[in-house]
Amino acid sequence: MFGYYFKLALRSLRRNLVLTGLMVIAIGVGIGASMTMLTIYRAASGDPIPQKSAVLFVPQIDNFGPQPNAPPNQDFLPQDLTYMDAMALMRAHLGLRQAAMYATTQSITPPNAAQDPLEGYVRATYSDFFSMFDVPFEYGGPWGKAEDDTHASVVVLTRPFNDLLFDGMNSVGRMLTIGDKPYRVIGVLDDWHPSPRFYDLGQDSFTGTDQLFLPFTRAIDQQMSTSGNLNCDRAGPGSGWDGLLHSNCIWIHFWVELSTASGVSKYRTFLHDYAAAQRQSGRFNWPPHVALRDVVEWLTYNHVVPVAVGTLTSVSFAILFVCLINATGLMLAKFMARSGGVGVRRALGATRPAIFAQCLVEAGVIGLVGGLVGVGLTKIGLVSCRSVLPPDLSILTRLQGADVLIAVAVAIAVTLVAGLYPTWRATQVHPAAQLKTL
Amino acid sequence: MAGAPRLFGPPGYRGAQRLSPHGEGIMEFGPILSSLRRNKVGAALIALQIAVTLAVLCNALFIIEQQTALSRAPSGVEDEASVFVITNRWVGDSGDLAARERTDLAALRALPQIVDATVSFDHPLGGPLLSMGITLQPDNPRSGTGAAVYTVDDHAIGTLGLKLIAGRNFRPDDIVVSHGFNDHYSSLSGVVVTQAVARALDPGGNVLGRTVSIFPGAMTAPIIGVVDRLQSSPFAGDSPFAARSMLLPLLWADSQIFYVARAKPGQLEVAMTAARNELYRISRRRIIVGMQPLSEVRLESYRGDRSVALIMGVVCAILLGVTAFGIVGLTSYWVSQRQRQIGIRRTLGATRGTILRYFQSENLLIAAAGSILGILLALGANLWILRSIALARLPWIYLLVGAIAVLVLGQLAVLWPALRASSVPPAIAARSA
Repeated sequence: MFGYYFKLALRSLRRNLVLTGLMVIAIGVGIGASMTMLTIYRAASGDPIPQKSAVLFVPQIDNFGPQPNAPPNQDFLPQDLTYMDAMALMRAHLGLRQAAMYATTQSITPPNAAQDPLEGYVRATYSDFFSMFDVPFEYGGPWGKAEDDTHASVVVLTRPFNDLLFDGMNSVGRMLTIGDKPYRVIGVLDDWHPSPRFYDLGQDSFTGTDQLFLPFTRAIDQQMSTSGNLNCDRAGPGSGWDGLLHSNCIWIHFWVELSTASGVSKYRTFLHDYAAAQRQSGRFNWPPHVALRDVVEWLTYNHVVPVAVGTLTSVSFAILFVCLINATGLMLAKFMARSGGVGVRRALGATRPAIFAQCLVEAGVIGLVGGLVGVGLTKIGLVSCRSVLPPDLSILTRLQGADVLIAVAVAIAVTLVAGLYPTWRATQVHPAAQLKTL
Repeated sequence: MAGAPRLFGPPGYRGAQRLSPHGEGIMEFGPILSSLRRNKVGAALIALQIAVTLAVLCNALFIIEQQTALSRAPSGVEDEASVFVITNRWVGDSGDLAARERTDLAALRALPQIVDATVSFDHPLGGPLLSMGITLQPDNPRSGTGAAVYTVDDHAIGTLGLKLIAGRNFRPDDIVVSHGFNDHYSSLSGVVVTQAVARALDPGGNVLGRTVSIFPGAMTAPIIGVVDRLQSSPFAGDSPFAARSMLLPLLWADSQIFYVARAKPGQLEVAMTAARNELYRISRRRIIVGMQPLSEVRLESYRGDRSVALIMGVVCAILLGVTAFGIVGLTSYWVSQRQRQIGIRRTLGATRGTILRYFQSENLLIAAAGSILGILLALGANLWILRSIALARLPWIYLLVGAIAVLVLGQLAVLWPALRASSVPPAIAARSA
């Protein structure tokens, strides 16, 4: 039966090419616009580390106190920690793994004297960073606790940076000058682009510009200043490097891995007790105000998805809606134009359900073709968006194999919904009245 | 009649009778309404499309206007296309950075293609943002305002071409060396603020000569000058902070600095090449990370805003196109359904113009109904957007322009099917009776 209806549908669609074309274009444009924006939206809001996002947490401690002009619906917790608080959490060592970190920009002098010095984006962190975030290595490996403790001059390179400096060769054991001190290469990462770069949502959080990793303890010794945000209260950063380390300024990110629910609640209690102790010592004069958020909560809390992308996505769904209304109207026209034919089939014994099925198959065929057109338009849409979007977002906008199937399935589904009313109207045709007019 | 529900004008006797034989121009709404009653669903679908289109159109145009207005806001820098920024990073911590910067600046200023040059921690329209608090009442934590900080020497106002509206520029002996955020001074010999900061500190803007306290660190300094405008940061958007900036007399001697130079008119390209060669000639213990005219920095900073505006524009065009084609499709169908009635009317003396105007009035009526619904939808959507982004309330002019746009769109879309209707020959009525 389906095959017959399918053949009827094709014949009927061929009969009025203009109406068919308009319907297919309407569905295609609607699917194309919404799929384009949805792909961009998904790229901007994806889970960057799905296998571990539920066990990685960011602790926050209110070290600035209640803000006089804070809006009531925001918690206004600082995004980062002070050096002192970060070190206290490192010493407490309550998680399975934990790492304090910050970004710094340094001059890099390649071992090859013919190469000019260049700027390098450095992440200063602890050895747990690599195991906690499942960071893959191409050559060598991460440094260990011993290097953290001895403030060792070792460095891990990302693959692109290793390509740049060592032509992609195994550079483990080679030396490299960072600032004006020598460092030994201990590992080279394989491709690793968590996007968004959840562990540091500062600038360029979608492209993630880290190029080198070195021990946090070493970076502090070398007084490498942060290239990320540095927020201070009125007391300021104090005087000199030591002043900054002892100041109430926040600039250190901190991540902790907690694999059990009891571990999470223990950590919450610990944070609360820590803030209470700070209050007792006179450093805070407000009640403890702390939070512990996992990766997804952290991304939502920080509004990682650009607002404009959200707006554009809603607008693109408005387009899909208009396209569907459009398709409904056109299908209505098409089906009603065939009242005579439907009358004949009814007179020859076709039941209403049969007519219903036949019209729905026709709607489905329109949806299928419209969906395919929509996939093509999505590709065009993504290519055009890539050329105008900021590069940090545009690199993520690739259409995956599953998307094509989803697009076509959605197209068929929405066309069937759009076709319900016209189909119902077609089944109401009275055979006698129609036959009279033939 | 068997009472079968019919969607579009059936070839029925009653319908034909109601059509006025003598066209009375655009005012024949009676028969149109009665015909629309028979085409309820089709008409409602067109009206709904127009409503959603109008709602999206108004809000999208408004967002486009807001986004592009930001990227066109004046920075306060005169002739941005002649000013360029050199991002300089010192290799290692070699030597006395302040002395090296003074050497570089003297060399840059001596170049024949360059008018003047200065050095700063950041630069207008991009770069990092250093924000500090400034207040006339240091003991009141709620007083004063935040402002973007430009660390400058005595050449900044000249290089950027800022308009000094009161007081004086820095003098060479005002400038002290700062090695970074942790280099603390308890007082400075003066600070220059923008007019926006002056007004935030004192509603009358009467601040010249008064001593301010700058946080963090409680640095004190007298306000020695007020400039008309200097944008704080592209990220400040159109908030009141966008124009709140202050210039501190600090020679910024840190690992990364920006040299800002003004080229002589028409000599930007040669000035940039000459500056690069000169800096490398002085020392290769540096990385020139980037070199860009301010006009290019502006383009890059607002690239996201412009993209959103562009995509919004394309989306609007698509939406208008889809709606127009929808109208063409449905109206064409109506025309073909009503061929006989049209023929009868033509036989009874209606002119082509009458038929044309009939379909145009019909569309006008539907589009007007859609517009009213659309205006309500637009206001609703605006309220929703207001909650998610801090956008202003939709001005009524957008509703008016949007409504006119969809009405015109409807008229244009209906023109082709209406012309086809008007060319139906009267004889058709006799042929298929």
